[in-house]
Amino acid sequence: MAFDQEKDQFRVLGTRPDRPDGLDKVTGKARYGADMSASGMLHGAIVRSPHAHARIVKIDASKALAMKGVKAVVTRADFPDGQKGEDWNIMENCMAGERALYDGHAVAAVAATTPWLARDAAKAVEVEYEILPHVTDVDKAMQDGAPVIREGAANYSVPEGMHPNVVRFIEFGHGDVEKGFEEADVVMENSYTTEATHQGYIEPHACLAQMGSDGRGELWCCTQGHWFVRRMSAACLGIEVSKLRVTPSEIGGGFGGKTTVFIDPVALALSRKADRPVKIVMSREEVLRATGPTAAASMDVKIGMTKDGKMTAGKAVFRMTGGAFPMAPVDSALACAFACYDLENVQHEGYDVMSNRPKQAAYRAPGSPMAAFAVESLVDEMCRELKLDPLEVRLKNAAKEGTKSSAGPTYPRIGLVETLEAAKAHPHFTAPLGPNQGRGIASGYWMNWGGETSVSLALSEDGTVTVSVGTPDIGGSRASVAMMAAEALGVEYEDVRVNVVETGALGVNEPTHGSRATFATGLATIEAATQAKKTLCERAAAKWGIDAEAVIWEDGCAKPSGPNAGEFPPLSIGEICAKMGRTGGPISGHFEATPMGFGGSFGTHIVDVEVDPETGHTSVVRYTVVQDAGKAIHPSYVEGQFQGGAAQGIGWALNEEYIYGEDGRLQNPIFLDYRVPVASDLPMIDTVIVEVPNPGHPYGVRGVGETGITPPLPAIANAVADATGQRLRGLPVSPPKILAAIKG
Amino acid sequence: MRYHKPASFAQAIDIASTSEGITRFLAGGTDVLVQLRADIVSPDDLIDIKHISGVREITKRADGGYDIGIAVSGAEMSEDDVLMADWPGLVEAMDLIGSTQVQGRATLVGNLCNASPAADSVPAMIAAGVTLTVEGPTGAREVAVEDIPTGPGKTALEKGEMITKVHVPARGENAGDAYLRFIPRTEMDIAVVGCGVNLRLEGDTITEARVALGAVAPVAALVPEAAKALIGTTLDEAALAALAKAAQEACNPIDDKRGTIAFRTDVAGVLAQRAAKIAYARAKGETK
Repeated sequence: MAFDQEKDQFRVLGTRPDRPDGLDKVTGKARYGADMSASGMLHGAIVRSPHAHARIVKIDASKALAMKGVKAVVTRADFPDGQKGEDWNIMENCMAGERALYDGHAVAAVAATTPWLARDAAKAVEVEYEILPHVTDVDKAMQDGAPVIREGAANYSVPEGMHPNVVRFIEFGHGDVEKGFEEADVVMENSYTTEATHQGYIEPHACLAQMGSDGRGELWCCTQGHWFVRRMSAACLGIEVSKLRVTPSEIGGGFGGKTTVFIDPVALALSRKADRPVKIVMSREEVLRATGPTAAASMDVKIGMTKDGKMTAGKAVFRMTGGAFPMAPVDSALACAFACYDLENVQHEGYDVMSNRPKQAAYRAPGSPMAAFAVESLVDEMCRELKLDPLEVRLKNAAKEGTKSSAGPTYPRIGLVETLEAAKAHPHFTAPLGPNQGRGIASGYWMNWGGETSVSLALSEDGTVTVSVGTPDIGGSRASVAMMAAEALGVEYEDVRVNVVETGALGVNEPTHGSRATFATGLATIEAATQAKKTLCERAAAKWGIDAEAVIWEDGCAKPSGPNAGEFPPLSIGEICAKMGRTGGPISGHFEATPMGFGGSFGTHIVDVEVDPETGHTSVVRYTVVQDAGKAIHPSYVEGQFQGGAAQGIGWALNEEYIYGEDGRLQNPIFLDYRVPVASDLPMIDTVIVEVPNPGHPYGVRGVGETGITPPLPAIANAVADATGQRLRGLPVSPPKILAAIKG
Repeated sequence: MRYHKPASFAQAIDIASTSEGITRFLAGGTDVLVQLRADIVSPDDLIDIKHISGVREITKRADGGYDIGIAVSGAEMSEDDVLMADWPGLVEAMDLIGSTQVQGRATLVGNLCNASPAADSVPAMIAAGVTLTVEGPTGAREVAVEDIPTGPGKTALEKGEMITKVHVPARGENAGDAYLRFIPRTEMDIAVVGCGVNLRLEGDTITEARVALGAVAPVAALVPEAAKALIGTTLDEAALAALAKAAQEACNPIDDKRGTIAFRTDVAGVLAQRAAKIAYARAKGETK
């Protein structure tokens, strides 16, 4: 369903109605993962490895099982063998097999009648470990002699002679980079690092599982995608997918980290063994130690540029570790690295490296923020070297419609130039700076996603509308879907209720990931509404005794299409629906597809920082996000996504990092020392919504959720360099690093 | 775990001194309850001392000083305008701890007895010359704040002993105090370096000084050399340089997730200078 060029006037889209989930959330009525309970429920607790790498010699649960109220203990032996590929990785991560692969890796779990008893029983499970050498650093994990995480994990892509911890090798590009570098006046090459950071969602993972002796199960959980949870859990338990029904709770943040499973298969296995419902709620420490942060990265970038700022070639070599499993997002990092630039010659190499860290999970534009940090930092360095305006250089080299992208495909209509022009025109860009202040700019990109999508839209007897969607609402999708349904049907926003329904109610839906929900679920909703409108018109036609083709749908009513069709007063949706049972039955619409017309979103950020020259403390004093939304359905939510991305990016740039000790243990598994920004750390983040319609969506929607976390990393580092004269190429640019650089 | 709610210090001391296991006193609970939940400590006897008569009171003594009850919260201190006017550095140090919710519960004595080297109120109390009444099975004694912590998580209190009152000296004339800490964020964080300074002037000249540093050694401590660098000066550039040097030389920090040795040492000098300037301006009556 392509963009409707004719329609530029909207009745509902672009307005800012109240959010449908707002009242429940502010009054505490919203039910999150830990709010679910069942009669006879047990509480689960997980035994976790204190070692970064160890062989599990023996697990003795006899003391735990002897405790009154302890009903079950499970280990890997309670799960079937035979998972393949990523299913095996998920199983191995949820419950260690022969070896514990990182600090916090689950090795056993207990179920008991109270949470405290479960905790004590978990402590009573005796695990004998043989400690093995470990490695947590991505570069060290690739070196000769580094401990091998798992022999034979590398796939076909890895060239011979690499360390076994290198499990994937990626190479792509076009043109001739060597020729491009020769054409440049200046060629610069530098290395950059970013540490792993956690999504930091405020709601820890929680679930309630119930497995019957007939092999059928129910699961209530906090997730971004319950069909994924169902498939992954069924694979771990060795049951058919449809035996399991999964219902999502409200969700207190996910940012990509809740698109997989950690505790759900464990709770199901405990429930199966104890024959009672089992609830597991993670602690914050468990979340930080044992759920997926993003990957840590070590990156080399080389760029050639002429004196007037034309980029002649770019090369990126990225090494990333996503923990003791494959699938660090090095491929998407490379695909985004030079996405903003129209480059004749570009080359990418990527290494996916295993280390003794938790299995990485998606985090908002996975890979792209690291890539942007490396590339946008180097572009800034070269602009300084050549005394060129960094915004003009970006405009000069900007990718646009028809550009062959660095990742290969030719861009359809995109909005990078428009965001750069809007940033240039923004008063922030030319505002004076105070003492010890500096300004940085950077651009970023995320390609977005479509994904499997199934939506049903049902009309009620009074003409109001229920939309059943399968994408949990993590960023306002219920509001935007309701608005699109209201726009399409010509009804009021308040007359549409959007429910996120369980796995039995629709076909497979991918999670709310890839900034896809408003795009894909929205598109499916519009199509379902179109189907319902067709039926509504048919009912009116039947009543009037005319051809269905002679009826049009306008302003929420069926009308004769013209004078030739006959003279009939309009029939409202309520009037038709009141009689639908007697005129042919219920009226609904349904749509399912994997829409491929998703459109990438570009953004450009401007940030001012003030650095205390005596302590290295950085304050973010002004921040402006400019981003292409395609079409902002609910502008407040779009602005919220822009601000949220910037806030997380600021945290990543300044203070957030996974800190591992010499012993391979995570040193900061609490929010005191894993420093996300608090409200007072941030200025009011200004936003500019650019609307360059996505040709692949009827209303022009692009995903907006992820791009916003991409520019802050380099923008902050560029601003710190501007304020201090010191270029820091490793994140976070925390006060000790800045002060050490200032003091030389 | 047994929960006790004694009505008097004598009862509390009796429970603590006869307990055969791990004891914890519970006032605000902002450390103890967190440690319980995090499974860091599982006390056999948890002794709630909030219900002892007088523990929630701030009393101004005849000599102009203050007696602060051991369960007085940070919020109650911040709302006491008279205490705030006399000892703004001490009150602000307490107020830096935690969130608004934590301020409703957290206490000076709890902050001290948790014995974190990074406790914010401790360098401020040491600089102010705060003393404590310690009572135990063998009687009572007066102890200076700096003599309580003996190492991270460790205090000089004997089994059965507890702090029963906090004594803040009379402010007197031409004097001021200040406390500053460094944190990477703006709030909800733990001091990477903390520094309390307390000064008295005659005219423009500093006649009395106390400087204390936190988070740069196993315990928060008084730095007499830093005080010496100030006494007899008008806080000129030379005095400030000498102060920074003395403060830095007193540092014996660790490299850890919160900061490096070099960073903590550098910043200790910077904070000492900045806190001294604030205390000086307050002593001159130029600022509150």
